[in-house]
Amino acid sequence: MAYTEEELKKELETKEYEYGFYTDIESDTLPKGLNEDIVIAISKKKNEPEWMTEWRLEAFRAWQEMEEPEWANVTYKKPNFQDISYYSAPNKKPKYNSLDEVDPELLDTFKKLGISIDEQKKLAGVAVDIVMDSVSVATTFKKTLAEKGIIFCSISEAIQEHPELVKKHLGTVVPKKDNFYAALNSAVFSDGSFCYIPKGVRCPMELSTYFRINQAGTGQFERTLVVADEGSYVSYLEGCTAPSRDENQLHAAVVELIAMDDAEIKYSTVQNWFPGDKEGKGGVFNFVTKRGLCEKNAKISWTQVETGSAVTWKYPSCVLKGDNSIGEFYSIAVTNNFQQADTGTKMIHLGKNTKSTIISKGISAGQSQNSYRGLVQVSSRADNARNFSQCDSLLMGNRCGAHTFPYIEVKNKSAQIEHEATTSKIGEDQIFYCNQRGIDTEKAIALIVNGFSKEVLNKLPMEFAVEAQKLLEISLEGSVG
Amino acid sequence: MDLKEKLVSSFLAFEDGLDLDNPVHEVRSAAIKNFEEKGFPSKKEEAWKYTSLNSIQKVDFSIFPKKETALEYKDIKKYFLHEIDTYKIVFVDGVYSSYLSETTHDGVDVCLMSSAFSKPMFRQVIEVYFNKAASKDESLTSLNTAFSKEGAYIYIPKNKMPKKPIQILHLATGNEAALMLQPRNLVVAEDNAEVQIIERHQSLTDNEVFTNSVTEIFAGKDAIVDYYKVQNDASTASLVDNTYISQKDSSVVRVHTFSLGGKLIRNNLNFYQNGERIDSTLKGVTILGDKQHVDHHTLVHHAQPNCESHQDYKGIFGDSSTGVFNGKIIVDKIAQKTDAFQQNNNILLSDKATINSKPQLEIFADDVKCSHGCTIGQLDEDALFYLRSRGIPQKEAKALLMYAFANNVLESVRIPELKARINKLIADKLGVRVGFDL
Repeated sequence: MAYTEEELKKELETKEYEYGFYTDIESDTLPKGLNEDIVIAISKKKNEPEWMTEWRLEAFRAWQEMEEPEWANVTYKKPNFQDISYYSAPNKKPKYNSLDEVDPELLDTFKKLGISIDEQKKLAGVAVDIVMDSVSVATTFKKTLAEKGIIFCSISEAIQEHPELVKKHLGTVVPKKDNFYAALNSAVFSDGSFCYIPKGVRCPMELSTYFRINQAGTGQFERTLVVADEGSYVSYLEGCTAPSRDENQLHAAVVELIAMDDAEIKYSTVQNWFPGDKEGKGGVFNFVTKRGLCEKNAKISWTQVETGSAVTWKYPSCVLKGDNSIGEFYSIAVTNNFQQADTGTKMIHLGKNTKSTIISKGISAGQSQNSYRGLVQVSSRADNARNFSQCDSLLMGNRCGAHTFPYIEVKNKSAQIEHEATTSKIGEDQIFYCNQRGIDTEKAIALIVNGFSKEVLNKLPMEFAVEAQKLLEISLEGSVG
Repeated sequence: MDLKEKLVSSFLAFEDGLDLDNPVHEVRSAAIKNFEEKGFPSKKEEAWKYTSLNSIQKVDFSIFPKKETALEYKDIKKYFLHEIDTYKIVFVDGVYSSYLSETTHDGVDVCLMSSAFSKPMFRQVIEVYFNKAASKDESLTSLNTAFSKEGAYIYIPKNKMPKKPIQILHLATGNEAALMLQPRNLVVAEDNAEVQIIERHQSLTDNEVFTNSVTEIFAGKDAIVDYYKVQNDASTASLVDNTYISQKDSSVVRVHTFSLGGKLIRNNLNFYQNGERIDSTLKGVTILGDKQHVDHHTLVHHAQPNCESHQDYKGIFGDSSTGVFNGKIIVDKIAQKTDAFQQNNNILLSDKATINSKPQLEIFADDVKCSHGCTIGQLDEDALFYLRSRGIPQKEAKALLMYAFANNVLESVRIPELKARINKLIADKLGVRVGFDL
């Protein structure tokens, strides 16, 4: 019994953002502001073909007509879109053959983050495409992937080298006019990842990208496109950490997944953007549009561990278009201090015999607000659709809030939908039980939280599960008494 | 002229016939202003996302019925729960019918809002309670407040209980081609009082009726209020039923809503728990066919510690009917040890039927037990097979299962005759006789 509740709370509050540092790399940054010239300039800088420039401009024009959404259960000072620089790339951008050639300062950054490229290469067999301020710097394991015909590169590279694939799929799942932030992203996206798995290929390793926001006042607009052709399989990992900043930073990413007939995509995220300090100052705004399209017998599985960001607005969705397709969503969202999260999923059942599962675990502590917002929609043609949703919230302290906003819209009589939600705190009897068996309160809490999130943690690939568990501990240890 | 304009412009004429010195006058004036500003709710508003009032606004409703109509008791007997002796407050086309009613001032007050507004002996109660629980912001409630004149007034003093249950019946005769009614009810049960109320809206013809009703219920310490709403109207009748309930320490309020007919029904049921150890129960059975539309919008606001709330809504939807359930539970920071439960189960019988369910939790306290469950499904094939293999025809077997499905809600009905009546209504609705009562 080393801790009292007060002590634990105090320790938690003073827990500074561990990854809050700033790497001084010369950046090639465009002037602040957004207009058609900037959009054209971004496109030019990236040496993009004309159709791409035109595509961006169309999105930009649509964006100008749109209004920022206000329905989410979050409050924040709206970013001034004219006060953001829409492009920044590390200046020194040579091609590397080995890690020795990489800017040592950059490597140092990764070391602080605990990402050892060597180690990952050797141990985990993960190909890491590191995106630092929007431009991909190092790509590994490309060769192994190339042998299988798998394309895994930055999206700007893909636009150059595989324009036909990009042109065919970009914006098909998240149309460029989909919503305010998706339109903004479509107009100004600087970089991101592109992945194509050919027919019948099972990707031999977990693909992963690390995103970081580095340059002060730089918005980050990632664009990810994953295409799994018929009968293929890919597991994609995405993890984020961002350095400490006083000024709010905007992150508006778009992720599109396309799973063709019989394909399977597993998309896992660990998000740990800077959440702001304990007074709620600073932190990243995370406004993300993630959506996957399932063709016949395809499966898309979203797994996310959200611990960071001051404001999160994120709904990874599945459009179950093909018959017998499956959508899954596993999420842990942790909010502390003044963090606000409004996250959830959408499962759109269009095809017959489609199935979806939603497991969402929300943990709120401090003065944070944590909302689950989800939609399960069954169209009149979607016979035998099946959905199971479970949203559990854990509250720690009486200054935080947990909210559930599920929308269920069913137009088919053969649909079977189950939704359940619970809100509770860690039971005193649970802690007592552990204490009784010689487990101290803090360990007991860790144990219980771990058990609470287990269903989701289990869905993460090995490499991530460890990291995610660590993150949960950092975010939560000592926040209950 | 659309309905909003018509209502706003007829407000002056309405006020002319009333006592302008009455303090209620100011409440009405403020309310009409709010309605004028907000107008009818549209589908763009989150609370009305699934229910449109557009078709209602196109109808040329008469707002003030022109003449009184005499009805014979035998013609309308079937709409009463006539098996038991009750107090009755009956309105015909919005006008009180003393002939059909049975009121009392014997220890408790079971009478009319119009007399409560005008008679000095009721003034204190009106001042303390009238429009205190109802929303001053919601536009349809404001509309009702602006035109509040008639309705049921039920006042149960401390430690009293009326000798028998109270029935409130609103009848529409169809003398007008299209009629709009705005009854306003006030129910006050002081500390340790108890009351049972049955409310029904009934249209006698196929002429269009739109009812925008507001009921305020105040339950004092340890008071018990049972309120049953029977909604089995003609398929041309629309109803927006706003109920606001304010509860004090250790009170128990149970509201049962049986939605079996009508064109469009919108139930706004709001519970405010302003004390500790309160128990609130909200239950409903909805069985719909044709193109009927029922929208249950519930709110339970837990503002104090150690309270409970139980919600259980069952829905069976056939043909092209639409069901909406939007349940919201708010638990304030100080409302520790709250136990809030919400359940919504639905069965879809047809491919054209739609169900939209949105159970919401907004929780700011940590030491609470809050849960909600929502299911949409079909009748259990195995259970159906079991019954049929024992010689029960498919139709009856299905009805039996649906009975069982809805029975949870009926269980807590405390008037046996009413329970039997609801059972019969459900049986009629399902088109079978199962030969026994549940």
